[in-house]
Amino acid sequence: MMGFCADPATVEGVKWWMCYLTTNTHISFYKSFLVVLALLALTAPLAMLLGFAGALARRSGIFPVSLIGHTYTSMVRGVPDIVFFLFIPIAMDQAFELTRHKILCPEVIGPVYQGNDFVVCTAAKLPLSTADAWVHTTYGFFLAAFGFAIVFGAFAANTIDGALSAVPKAQLETAAAYGMTKRQTFWQIHLPQMWGFALPGLSNLWMILVKATPLLFLLGVEDVVYWAGALGKTKTAAYFDYPHGDWRLGYFAMLLVFYLFVTWVSENFLSRMQAKFNTGQATIGGKKLPQGIAR
Amino acid sequence: MKRLLIGAAAIAFSTTITFADVVRMGTEGAYPPYNFINDAGEVDGFERDLGDKLCEIAELECTWVKNDWDSIIPNLVSGNYDTIIAGMSITEERDQVIDFTEEYFPADPSAYVSLSSADESVINGVIAAQTGTVQASYVASSGATLVEFKTPDETIAAVRSGEADAVLADDAFLKKFVEESGGELKFVGAKVPIGGGIGIGIRETDGELKAKLNSAIQAMKSDGSLNALIVKWFDGRDAPY
Repeated sequence: MMGFCADPATVEGVKWWMCYLTTNTHISFYKSFLVVLALLALTAPLAMLLGFAGALARRSGIFPVSLIGHTYTSMVRGVPDIVFFLFIPIAMDQAFELTRHKILCPEVIGPVYQGNDFVVCTAAKLPLSTADAWVHTTYGFFLAAFGFAIVFGAFAANTIDGALSAVPKAQLETAAAYGMTKRQTFWQIHLPQMWGFALPGLSNLWMILVKATPLLFLLGVEDVVYWAGALGKTKTAAYFDYPHGDWRLGYFAMLLVFYLFVTWVSENFLSRMQAKFNTGQATIGGKKLPQGIAR
Repeated sequence: MKRLLIGAAAIAFSTTITFADVVRMGTEGAYPPYNFINDAGEVDGFERDLGDKLCEIAELECTWVKNDWDSIIPNLVSGNYDTIIAGMSITEERDQVIDFTEEYFPADPSAYVSLSSADESVINGVIAAQTGTVQASYVASSGATLVEFKTPDETIAAVRSGEADAVLADDAFLKKFVEESGGELKFVGAKVPIGGGIGIGIRETDGELKAKLNSAIQAMKSDGSLNALIVKWFDGRDAPY
């Protein structure tokens, strides 16, 4: 922090703003934008992975596997997202702690659920109560990211499943006629052509994921929404160095700009991807391609 | 003799373990002067001073944890932290779910605040209160229309924007907002005595911690240091203990 900020009451004008915008709480606010981007960077690949696994499970010829696939996608798609966002982190946390409790402190015989209380031994706590604050934050963040991935994975599974079905059967029959094995057909013909069909659905899903990131706030992660609310609220001179009125509008406007920027970057990237996957494909998009590029 | 030494060593070892255990203090960080997040990003306020002092007396190592008000009890019982020290009044309903230490702040009457242009009758109109507070349940049963908000700050913003006619909250919380509003806000109507004193919320199964904190609170009451803290953070208050 700049030297002249030592006594905030005396600074004015530009200097006041320089001091105000570099307080520790503001630095945390700026960092929370990275938290949102980190969530996207972590959740998107994880959800894709779950999506693939889900789609392949659904299409599996082995009945129990396809049952698991169908159960996963129907259950997650049918239950309100928010229920899963709230349920998964709590359930996972308690499952981890319960397992650790059974392994690490077998000598404690009392029940873990005592009335309203969930009581595990000190050594089984996750993270340990002696851990630094950042460990607790990171742990919470990973639980949240996992919750997001499970929900969005189910939607991705449905999209990918649909796209796999949309690839013209003639393409696969031709591959078989050329003597390709099932595996070769899948990896070299079926999967590459699937992307063109899946991308509109997946890009939609990505945009929904971007919009859903403020739900992190509900899970106790201090994200952009938390900090915008905390910094924007009225600050009285009695307790704060930089008193001001209700500035939430300004802070939420910053979030608006941030999310619009992420949307703009995503749309550009996704339309390029779409053009790439459509190249040479016998789809409407593939045939329209020249105009698409000229744009 | 040897057995005795081993026994002594075992006791010494186990006590070190209990002492190394960190007590996580849960607070809201949005209710000055009780608790708030200062510009340095740390928990500050009356309860920060009090909590640190209690931990020192009880020889506990403590860290501070922020948690939203509406999930502050569920996250205590599921073990995310070990105490709630967030200006929480001791009430019958809460006492069924969690335990409380003895009070560290006496019962404080709640007050209504409205725009200066309003008259007395607004307290029967639309009243803003924070979700899950004693004030919210009071308004719900008083016949006025209740609008609830997640954070205390939003209740005041609602009065300023005209969404609510008045806000009902702890007198000490509202005081600075009224003083610094430049005449925009004023206290209205009579004060309402709701809720008991304020205590530290503890899990019902955590009797040991409760006993330690109780004796620390008693120590602070009898040596006058609790009074000193109250006078420091709540200006114009008499020493209650």
